[in-house]
Amino acid sequence: MLDETQGYVTADGRKIGGVVMDMRKITLRFGGVEAIKNISFDIREGEVRAIIGPNGAGKSSMLNVISGFYVPQEGEVWFRGERRAPMKPFEVARQGIARTFQNIALFEGMSVLDNVMTGRLTQMKTGLFSQAIWRGAAEREEVENREICERVIDFLEIQHIRKTPVSRLPYGLKKRVELARALASEPKLLLLDEPMAGMNVEEKEDMSRFILSVNDEFGTTIALIEHDMGVVMDLSDRVVVMDYGKKIGDGTPDEVRNNQDVIDAYLGVSHD
Amino acid sequence: MSDTLIFGMEVFLNGLMAGVLYALVALGFVLIYKASGIFNYAQGVMALFAAMTLVGIMDGQVPFSHLINAVFGTEVHHFGWHLPALVGIVLSMGVMIGLAWLVQQIIFRHLVGQEPIILFMATIGLAYFMEGLGDLMWGADIKKLDVGLPQGINLWIDELTFNLFDYGFFIDNLDIVATVIAAILVLALVAFSQYTKQGRAMRAVADDHQAALSVGINLSFIWVMVWSVAGFVALVAGIMWGTKSGVQFSLSLIALKALPVLMLGGFTSIPGAIAGGLIIGVGEKLFEFLVGPMIGGATENWFAYVLALLFLVFRPQGLFGEKIIERV
Amino acid sequence: MFYREAGDFKTSYQDDNQTFPIKFDRYRYYAVLFIAFAVIPFIINDYWANAIFLPFLIYAIAAIGLNILVGYCGQVSLGTGGFMAVGAYAVYKLMTSFPEVSILIHVVLAGGITAIVGVLFGLPSLRIKGFYLAVATLAAQFFLVWLFNRVPWFYNYSASGQISSPERTVLGVPVTGANTDAWASYMVCLVFVTISAIIARNLTRGSMGRKWMAIRDMDIAAEIIGVNPLTAKLSAFAVSSFFIGVAGALFFAVYLGAVEVGEVFGINKSFLVLFMIIIGGLGSIFGSFAGAAFLVLLPVFLKNVLVGTLGWPTDLAAHLEFMIVGGLIIVFLIVEPHGLAQLWRVAKEKLRLWPFPY
Repeated sequence: MLDETQGYVTADGRKIGGVVMDMRKITLRFGGVEAIKNISFDIREGEVRAIIGPNGAGKSSMLNVISGFYVPQEGEVWFRGERRAPMKPFEVARQGIARTFQNIALFEGMSVLDNVMTGRLTQMKTGLFSQAIWRGAAEREEVENREICERVIDFLEIQHIRKTPVSRLPYGLKKRVELARALASEPKLLLLDEPMAGMNVEEKEDMSRFILSVNDEFGTTIALIEHDMGVVMDLSDRVVVMDYGKKIGDGTPDEVRNNQDVIDAYLGVSHD
Repeated sequence: MSDTLIFGMEVFLNGLMAGVLYALVALGFVLIYKASGIFNYAQGVMALFAAMTLVGIMDGQVPFSHLINAVFGTEVHHFGWHLPALVGIVLSMGVMIGLAWLVQQIIFRHLVGQEPIILFMATIGLAYFMEGLGDLMWGADIKKLDVGLPQGINLWIDELTFNLFDYGFFIDNLDIVATVIAAILVLALVAFSQYTKQGRAMRAVADDHQAALSVGINLSFIWVMVWSVAGFVALVAGIMWGTKSGVQFSLSLIALKALPVLMLGGFTSIPGAIAGGLIIGVGEKLFEFLVGPMIGGATENWFAYVLALLFLVFRPQGLFGEKIIERV
Repeated sequence: MFYREAGDFKTSYQDDNQTFPIKFDRYRYYAVLFIAFAVIPFIINDYWANAIFLPFLIYAIAAIGLNILVGYCGQVSLGTGGFMAVGAYAVYKLMTSFPEVSILIHVVLAGGITAIVGVLFGLPSLRIKGFYLAVATLAAQFFLVWLFNRVPWFYNYSASGQISSPERTVLGVPVTGANTDAWASYMVCLVFVTISAIIARNLTRGSMGRKWMAIRDMDIAAEIIGVNPLTAKLSAFAVSSFFIGVAGALFFAVYLGAVEVGEVFGINKSFLVLFMIIIGGLGSIFGSFAGAAFLVLLPVFLKNVLVGTLGWPTDLAAHLEFMIVGGLIIVFLIVEPHGLAQLWRVAKEKLRLWPFPY
């Protein structure tokens, strides 16, 4: 077993660090229903961690717990070595966790550029009065953050639509813009909720390429929920498998693929 | 028994009756809201318009006479006939149904699936339009409405309470009649909404326009029906209030009174409208009676709103409304 | 051909962020400013000031304020009349309590006071949304009107319950009270409008504006990406109320001179300003101006055409006005929810290619 803080180097030369997010004995209930039952797993710095499982397994709820939107009734969330006290979602964002959503949550009234710029909102500090005057501090901050966003836009190859209102974009591009918005905040942990959903083969290849580049170039830790097995096997370093709110597998893609419980879950063998 | 308590009881009873009337008006709103997701700000103006039409028909007024006279230099005002109340009411109802159809065709057919706030603003536009139209058609002066409803102090109650408390309660006959009619209507509307096929279709439409369409509900028909029912409720409300205080502009402010009732009771709940109406009816009058004199009076202008507002902050869905859950 | 963008490349993000990136727009803007500041003051008379320019300028400020709250931040408010009243009564109390201080400062302070009141009545927005919030703001509307009617301290215990504006000067020139010249009241309002528009533009193009729009478009997502909904919504209420308060103060002190709160700042005022931003265009500073202009000019136009030319009685014209305004609201909501501003934008788009159709 690897030490919590000790890292290692993967076969293709990427550095994986110590544990950055640790979910300890998480239980989440909605009324009488237990969506997550006593699950523990960790995410290491710089790795790509997939969360998979049949529909209704509780994956999105898990992501919501990680992102602070849901507070688990039992268990603890440890982020970067500190126990996370229950906090509002916007405070969690300021800690450096960014996410994309299953059903795109872009700001439809704004352009692509503005949407990406909202990713910088946690970093933009000038106050109301400075902004009212604009010249000086506010303008400088705007230009600085614009540069950062333009780099992200370049990276994701969406320069040509930067002024387009987001509502006019096709689904695949919207997903990319959402990724851009998440990246713009330079997150310590990036959560992707079914980033490939609804995409054709070509779009999936593009998105996979982007996800890998993000991890490779920026060293961003990524946790993603995904259904497409091929994608999961290709992209991830480690996988957590959930079913009916419980963890039924945890390890490298190969280990998980050969795990009988996991196979049963996907083939629909009934449990007691 | 202390004087305050006796007066208080009288105030309470009056408040209760005012509350029933509020409930009736609120019910008109709830039905439209349940069926279409629209809060019909124009309901008050519709009541005014209905009452004006009734008076106009009964008195044989020429519609748009003012306008016609201005354009053509003529001096026409009345046709010269005078119709009995029942005929007038039936004809007015016909006008309201026609109006319902027009409103549906011209406005709300084009706004299917829009957000509630857009629909609400459309009804504000409708309210302004109809106010202008009503004034243009029938003239803006105050009219007296008499459909034969009993008015004046109810002598039976006066005597009874005088014998009991040495003080005769002033309870207006009209209010009693209004309460009874309103109560009957409320029950009828509840029955209609809960137990008939149309009522169920209405509720489906209120939930989701597009989904209702996809299961074959004839949206237009349901909406015309809903607006007609609203028109009917408006007519009844218009008759009651119009008889009481004359047919004039202030009638249209009923809409504004219904809002806090609905906030309290929940926009989607019929029992909520009733409970809300009663609570506000009684609360308003009691507050004015007990606290009003200390702070300058006329608190009825805002008490309902502040009460509803406080309520909303702690229980946003109202007493009986459905909790709004949002998901990402 | 005249309206070109080609060849006009921006070399810095700063330039890209300008209010008028297209040169033609910018020149047009300078021309308008020139006429407004250097031409009109010399040719304006009392009628034009009172019938058109003063209400237009003042309503433009109110519309900008309401647009920030409703159009940019998506919080619907029907309390505009009440907040204008706060501005009016605040400036009245300040003027009468501190007569030596310049009225310009008093107007700004009145705006500040209204901002605080606005934040107070904006607190429910943290728990209730959309249409329910609109209804809650009605509580503010009715309560405030009642307050200024019933609490004598606000109208300095005068018997009539009215407030009237004492004479005040700026640089020796009277700007309130009976001795004011048209150009003086016009200039005061013009200065306030220009500064308000600049501030509003600055706020809406930066991170503040993005926070507001994020809340408007999807508040849950906004919160998840790090926007504090409390500060965003309350700041919208604060800024919006500031402008509306300034408008109310000017409406009373410079335009009307005397006010009875129920008539002037009642719920119809709230609807009027709301209609301005719907017709003009939600989420657009230009739209605020367009809507204000439209709804100020419409009754003037109707009166001149119907009453003046056709000889109709004035109440007919008033009824027709109601019908037209109501009808237009409905038409705009159905056809062009983004109002005149969008129509203008579309026209400009076409103009960019004119005379080439493709």
